Amino acid sequence: MATQVAPSASAAFTRGKSRGDRRWALYASYFFLMLFIIFFLFPPYYMLITSFKTDQEISSLAGNPWIINGKVTLDHYTNLLFNTAFPTYFKNTVIVTFCTVAISMVVSILAAYSLARMRFFGSTLLATGVFLSYLVPETLLFIPLFKIVGGLHLLNSYWGLVLVYPIIAVPFCTWILIGYFSSIPRELDEAALIDGCNHLQMLLKIFIPVALPGIIAATIFAFTVSWAEFLYPLAFVYSEDQLVLTAGTVTTLIRGDVYHWGGLMAGALLAAAPPVILYAFLMDYYIAGLTSGATKG
Amino acid sequence: MARSTAVANGRTASAAPSFGAYMRGFWHQRSTLAFLMCMPLILIIGGLVVYPFFYSINLSLLNKSETHYVGLGNFIFLFGRSTFWMVVRQSILFTFTAVFFKAVIGFICAHLIHNVHERGQRIWRGLSLVPWVIPPALSTLGWWWLFDPTYSAINWLLEAMGGPHIPWLSQTFWARTAVILVNIWYGSPFFLIMYLAALKSIPEELYDAAKVDGASAVQRLLYVTLPMLRNIVAITMLFSTIVTFANFDIVRVLTGGGPRNTTHMFGTYAFHLGIQSGDVPLGAAVALFMFPILAVFAFFILRDVRQRASRV
Repeated sequence: MATQVAPSASAAFTRGKSRGDRRWALYASYFFLMLFIIFFLFPPYYMLITSFKTDQEISSLAGNPWIINGKVTLDHYTNLLFNTAFPTYFKNTVIVTFCTVAISMVVSILAAYSLARMRFFGSTLLATGVFLSYLVPETLLFIPLFKIVGGLHLLNSYWGLVLVYPIIAVPFCTWILIGYFSSIPRELDEAALIDGCNHLQMLLKIFIPVALPGIIAATIFAFTVSWAEFLYPLAFVYSEDQLVLTAGTVTTLIRGDVYHWGGLMAGALLAAAPPVILYAFLMDYYIAGLTSGATKG
Repeated sequence: MARSTAVANGRTASAAPSFGAYMRGFWHQRSTLAFLMCMPLILIIGGLVVYPFFYSINLSLLNKSETHYVGLGNFIFLFGRSTFWMVVRQSILFTFTAVFFKAVIGFICAHLIHNVHERGQRIWRGLSLVPWVIPPALSTLGWWWLFDPTYSAINWLLEAMGGPHIPWLSQTFWARTAVILVNIWYGSPFFLIMYLAALKSIPEELYDAAKVDGASAVQRLLYVTLPMLRNIVAITMLFSTIVTFANFDIVRVLTGGGPRNTTHMFGTYAFHLGIQSGDVPLGAAVALFMFPILAVFAFFILRDVRQRASRV
């Protein structure tokens, strides 16, 4: 609105005014951006300071809850690591996530190479099927999966999770890898074929190195979703030695009516740390994966 | 190992040369290899999506102890329950409110980040994506603590500013507000990232041309930015609608469906009936109710993605 200057105003005045406007708009942008960032970051901030407070301070109603008034303590963390099943959950989560990522990446790289470069009967149908299974939410099919995992005697075992988890990662990884592989120029394949490459060599020596950013993005995605998965472990696993971090933290660190808020927040933060740290280092790949899901294809 | 297979191959070849030659030709065909490479994918989709889907339909037709078929009995039973209709209403309310606010907040934030100095944009973008990176089941624990009836730090702030004491998770209206708020907090960064990527792809010349023609900031937004973003806005909202509609983690951790089942969504209600109460067929029936709605949205997404693919 403010840039609509009367035509009679001099050129110098217009420029001066619009520059002033722009600076004002910039300050306003920073101000509102700050408000939104506060909105986005205050829950993790509050979890962090709670995890450093003493039980005494947490249970007292006096004072500002948004800062640490009393002593800073690491008790909640040491207690978590030495007196609870938390390290077991961590180990189980690492095993399940590692297996899921490995399975998902092998399956989706092979399939994406095939779907991007080779044709066979039903390959376009399969590509559509991949996309549709990406759209199937886990809440739709967890009950039949519960029965299937039970039928295989894998209920209450993290191997049951390894069996089911690929379905949350494979469709999306395959989908974005088809996009990345299709963008590789065909001249590269032809040159490789002339040099006598077979399909395996072509995949290993050309497609994987050239599409490496896409493969990293897909790996990060597979890691993040299997680390964060909550519904399947909550439904399929119940004993402490088999639980993973998400379900374990939510179900077992809440004891009775007295909530151990400090310990609970410390647990939630430690459990969330690996994906957050990975994100801090590989943000660009993370974002590339996120945006290419809907834009590639 | 290698030698024994070679011998075996030789033997089959000498026994039935024509068949062996045919098999070799078959194995060396490109399409066979292509199909074999897709085999694990087909097994995963078949075993973990297609089969469970039909199995789910089968389950939903059984009685509670899964001994005999009751036809549509489970569905008819659900139609007669007021709780089920509440779940339907709450799922729709939750989805539309949350998607609307996520889209608006994502849109505003993307513009704000796009407006500030180029150097700082990376950091702002990085910080605003944090809610999306923390596993939602865990960040919701933090919100749960923020909404605690006695110690609520949000209420402390509100009261410090002279506001009311809000019974966040114990009254229906506030509990519904709370689950929607947490979902907005968790989901807005996704919209932000999608819009920001789309904003960056709009050529600057369009804005310069609009400026030369005397378009105001509002006009540039309405006639340049929005038409250029229309496609990505549509597809992001469709995606988000599916994910929000099928939400489980947030409601499960924050309210567990309470107070008095008023915050249940299809996913949490199906979990409540099927896993916790042990009525697997009824739970399967509840979950299946999501299917027609999801199918409609999936149809539109597929159409949009195809259009984009054919245009590029």
